[in-house]
Formats: sequence, structure tokens, C-alpha cells
Amino acid sequence: MANVEETVSFAEAIRQALAESLEGDNRTIVFGLGVPDPKGVFGTTLGLQERFGVQRVFDMPCSENAMMGVALGLALGGFRPVMVHQRLDFFLLAMDQLVTQAAKWRFMFGDEIEVPLVVRLVVGRGWGQGPQHSQCLHSWLMHVPGLKVAMPASARDAKGMLLAAISDPNPVVFIEHRWLHHSQGALSALDDVEGARVAREGSDITVLAISSAVVEALTVAEALAQSEKADVEVIDARWARPLDVDTINRSVAKTGRLLVLDCSWPSAGFASEAIAIVNETCWDKLKMAPRRLCYLDTPSPTSCSLAADFYYQAHDVELAVREILGMSHECLIPKETDPMKLDIPHAGFKGPF
Amino acid sequence: MNTEKLFDLYVSMLRIRMVEEAVAEAYGDQQMRCPVHLSIGQEAVAVGVCSELKNSDGVFSAHRSHAHYLAKGGSLKRMLAEFYGRVTGCCRGRGGSMHLIDLEAGFLGSVPIVGSSIAIATGKALSVKLQKLNEVIVVFLGEGATEEGVFYESLNFAALQNLPIVFVCENNLYSVYTGMEARQPQGRSRVGIAEQMGLEVGEADGNNISQVCKLASQAVNSARQGGGPYFIEFDTYRWREHCGPNYDNNLGYRSPEEFEIWKKRCPLAACERMLSEWPQFDENRAHARSTIDSEIAEAFEFARESAFPTVEDSGGVLHG
Repeated sequence: MANVEETVSFAEAIRQALAESLEGDNRTIVFGLGVPDPKGVFGTTLGLQERFGVQRVFDMPCSENAMMGVALGLALGGFRPVMVHQRLDFFLLAMDQLVTQAAKWRFMFGDEIEVPLVVRLVVGRGWGQGPQHSQCLHSWLMHVPGLKVAMPASARDAKGMLLAAISDPNPVVFIEHRWLHHSQGALSALDDVEGARVAREGSDITVLAISSAVVEALTVAEALAQSEKADVEVIDARWARPLDVDTINRSVAKTGRLLVLDCSWPSAGFASEAIAIVNETCWDKLKMAPRRLCYLDTPSPTSCSLAADFYYQAHDVELAVREILGMSHECLIPKETDPMKLDIPHAGFKGPF
Repeated sequence: MNTEKLFDLYVSMLRIRMVEEAVAEAYGDQQMRCPVHLSIGQEAVAVGVCSELKNSDGVFSAHRSHAHYLAKGGSLKRMLAEFYGRVTGCCRGRGGSMHLIDLEAGFLGSVPIVGSSIAIATGKALSVKLQKLNEVIVVFLGEGATEEGVFYESLNFAALQNLPIVFVCENNLYSVYTGMEARQPQGRSRVGIAEQMGLEVGEADGNNISQVCKLASQAVNSARQGGGPYFIEFDTYRWREHCGPNYDNNLGYRSPEEFEIWKKRCPLAACERMLSEWPQFDENRAHARSTIDSEIAEAFEFARESAFPTVEDSGGVLHG
């Protein structure tokens, strides 16, 4: 009889990581707008206040900047705060406290201080999230020495990487794509959290992806493998900073071809950084110029008919892989043309956010 | 206040004044290669407030923080070494004059982005409350910081959580060269705003050391006894330029008359008048001056003779 491994959702994996950290370390504190509310930040904080009390799990005023400073002050006072924002866009008000303060304090004050804090940021997409509820700005944060930027793509990594982030002595930004919260996965090998992960081994081409883009990369890789058209290696970067250059280079050295999938804009982003590094350090292994797929270089639109063009889909990824490999352009994965099927994370999603 | 205590406060102010004057004098050597925001003229607030604190209480500050650091007991040697960019500096040469820290003395950090340390201090005060420690957190801020959103956000949260924190506003009338008339409506009462936000409040003459001590004592004791956050404001005046060792009255952004009025209100001179009838004053002051002179000379020597940090000293950017 097959041993059926139990799976949980990405959101539940996060809830478990928070609960285990609160249970195992009395320094952990979780707060943010809506943390104890009936929805519990997409289910990720449900029941935590009831279980651990209002002093360790609490809601907050609409004061993103000061509350980021409060998190830093709590960290200086010996706590391990986890701050939660239901959308990354609201957190931008707190950039001073994260970038100019939290990221600097350890270095600036001569290593005397540890700043163990986590900022959870949820990135929206679809159902009209529009220009101000769906920005994925990991590239801003990748730029800053003193920060780590975690971007898990699976339930397993959501739990393992969040536990690692909370126990890290540095500020860690933990970016959750809203389109991953429902995805299911088994919670095995939770200790394997460092660096990038080879999500699927292959020999023809390296597809480097991060966060929700890993889902599209794996979809295409599996489709091409099943039809024995191509053997695609998928690298899940997992950490935008520090970027695991060795794992990326090892893969590119093997395949000689690189396609990078980002979940944001092309300019000065994760994809451009990865390609720059590969060009600098792995040039002689490349058989052809690297390519990237990113979102359209405009603010993300609200109407589903416009959003359909803003985001690439698995079909576009397959087409890019086929172009790189010199294969026919007849894709196995059809282009989805119904915008109402493109602006929801899964068929059961009924909105509104 | 008894005479001995008043004299101790006077000596603390005198020490800060003499350190800052020595920094101003040596600055022209171009060996202190960082901005300096001197506290000359504002010594009484720093000394008066910190005299009401215990070593275990924590202080945060902003860009003009030398006086706060010294008044809280921060190491003079490590401060000057920091100005000189040396590895023995309080930040190992990575901070400079705008980033001072001395954890042993309870000086928990100063940062120059206006208003930033207010929120961090508020978070530290929350940690004190959660740990049920008998400590008070003080954050020094300028009146310019009360124009920042983070000020209101922090006061709101401190009141909401009844935190053991004292917000100390030093109103020196200027943000760099920009006067109050360009920044706040006439008649604005920052104390009034803080009171409406649910804090205990008070204001006093920041150049009168006994008034500073009286109000600070009230605020610190109240916060320590669970009375919640306190906002206190002190009028004072910066004598030298916003940043650097010189006077800047030639620039014309403030009038010579205004400057002279405030110079007459010198916090040290005011304290000297209070002590003038004490028979031992002249002798004790001369002795104090000579002691401070030696301490300053020794600290400058320590700073100048210390090594510069190397790349190896600067470690990694991340911890662990």
C-alpha cells in the first residue's frame, strides 16, 4: 500500500511555522493589521492570539512606518518580532525603518547589536488587485546590504524558510505570493532551507524562477518531459538575497542555456541580476544569450482583460523554452484566452481578495 | 535641590561644553572626517533629563546627540575615536558622529533621519513593558521631528499600550536654517497635541537646569510607575551652525538680536548664578575644569593614536 504523505496548504504551513515558533521560543511576537481578525491574514494567523495571548499576537494601528520601528525596538529588546502586511504595497510606508534603520543597525553600530526580525509581505495578483495591490518589489530589497529576502514557492519551503527567518539574527523580508497560499504540499525536509533548490533536474535548459513563477516553470517542465520533447532543469531561487550563485552556475554549466522567470517588472530586477551574474561568472559555459520573462513594464492594470496581457502564462514560458531550444513553436500548453480564467489563482477562487 | 547636586549637574554641563569646544577647535585639522552637530547651548536638557535616569534606563537620540550620549554616561574616548574614524570608536568607525551607542551606559543608539529613533524607542519601551522590567525609555527629538508622521504614529501607539517612555522635545526653533514660521502654524502647541493624544505632558525652560530636572523627574517617575508615556518640551537654542564647528550668524537666517538674547540665557551661566553664593564654587569649578581638561586631552590622544579599521575589521554585513 502506498504511503500517502499528508499535504497542507502554503497558508497552513505558514500558520504552523508561526505557531511552532511562538510555542518553542517565548521571544517570538507576531503582529500586524488584521492578524487576530476573523480572516487571519488568509488563514495564516488564525487561532494564534487565542492560543498565545494578546501580548504576543496582536493587531496594530494603521501606522506601518512607526510599527516597523517598533519591531526593530522589540528586536533590540530581545524579542523576535514577525510583522505582517496583507499587501506589500502598504509596507512601502515603512521603508525608512526597514532599509535605513533595521538593515543598518548591526553594521552601523559596530556589530554590537543583533536585529532578529521578520517582515511578512503578501503580494497580490488578479481579481482586480490593480496598480496598488499587486506590486512585487523584491528587487528594491535585494539591493540592500543587511537584508535577507525569502520568497518560498512551496508549502514545505514556506514553513521551513519562515522558521529559519524567525531564528535568523538578521532582518528577513519574507515575501508570499497570494497565488501560492492555496497550493498544497507535503512538509518534509524542513531543514533544507538554504540557498536555491533544484526543483526538477534536467539537462537541456535551466529555467531559474522565484516565488509564484516556479509553478509555471514546473508546469512547463513536466509537460515537455511527459511528451519527451525536452529535459528542463528548474531552479527555485528561494532567496532573492542572498542569491545562490553557485547552484545557478552549476546548472547553467550543465545546460548552457538560461531562461529566468521573474514575478515582477524587467527593469533592474531579480531576472536582470541573475543574468548579469551568470554572464559575469559563467560566460564560457553559455551556448546562447540568456533570456528572461517578466511582467509588462507598466503598472499592473485592474480590468481582467488588461491583466491578461500584463502577466505571462505557462504557454508563454513553453514558447520561450521552445525558441531557446530551437524547437517547433507548436506548444503543448494552449494559450488561455479567457481573461476570467486568468485572474484567479484557482478555479475555486470566488474573490474578493 | 542641594548645592552639591546642582554643582554636579553644572560640571556635567561644563564637561559637555568643553568637549564640544575642543571638537570645534580640532575640527579644522580635517582629521575628524564626519559631520558634527554640536550641542553647545543645549547642555541643560541633556544633563537634566539624564540625571533623572538610572543606568539601566535606555536613551535614544537623533543627529545632535553628543550631549545626550555624554550625559547618559557614554564613553568620551570611544566617542572621539568614532569621530576620528578609528577602530576603537563606539561603532568601530562605521558610524561617525551621527551614530553613537554605548550599551553599557544605556545609550541605545542615535540616528540622523529625522524622527526615526522615536519609533524604535517606542518598540524598545514595548519590550520593557512585556518583560515587566522597571526601566524607562527616553527618546530625545527636535521640534522638527514633530512634523514627521512617525512622531504621531509612535505617540499613538505609546498611549494605546501605556508604555514606559518619555518623549523629550528640544525646541531650538530651527531645522537647519528653516525657522518655525515656515514649518508650523503660529501658536502651535506640540504639548497640546500630545495631551490630546492621551499622553501626560509638560513644558519648561530648557536652559534652566533645575526646571529641566523638575519636569524630567516628574515624567520619568510617572512612566516608571506605570503612568504611561509622557511628552515634555524644552525651549533651548543651538549656538553654532547646524552642522560643523563655526558660528553661522553671517548667513542671515536668524538675527544677531535673537542670538544675543539666547546667549544671555546660557544654561551654564544661569547655573553659575545659582551657585555664585556658594563659597567653594570658584575653587571647585577651577578644579573641575582642570580635571575635564586632562580627560579631554587623554581622550583626544586615545582617538588620534588608535588604528583605523581595515576591511577585516568591518566583518560581514549580515550576522552569523
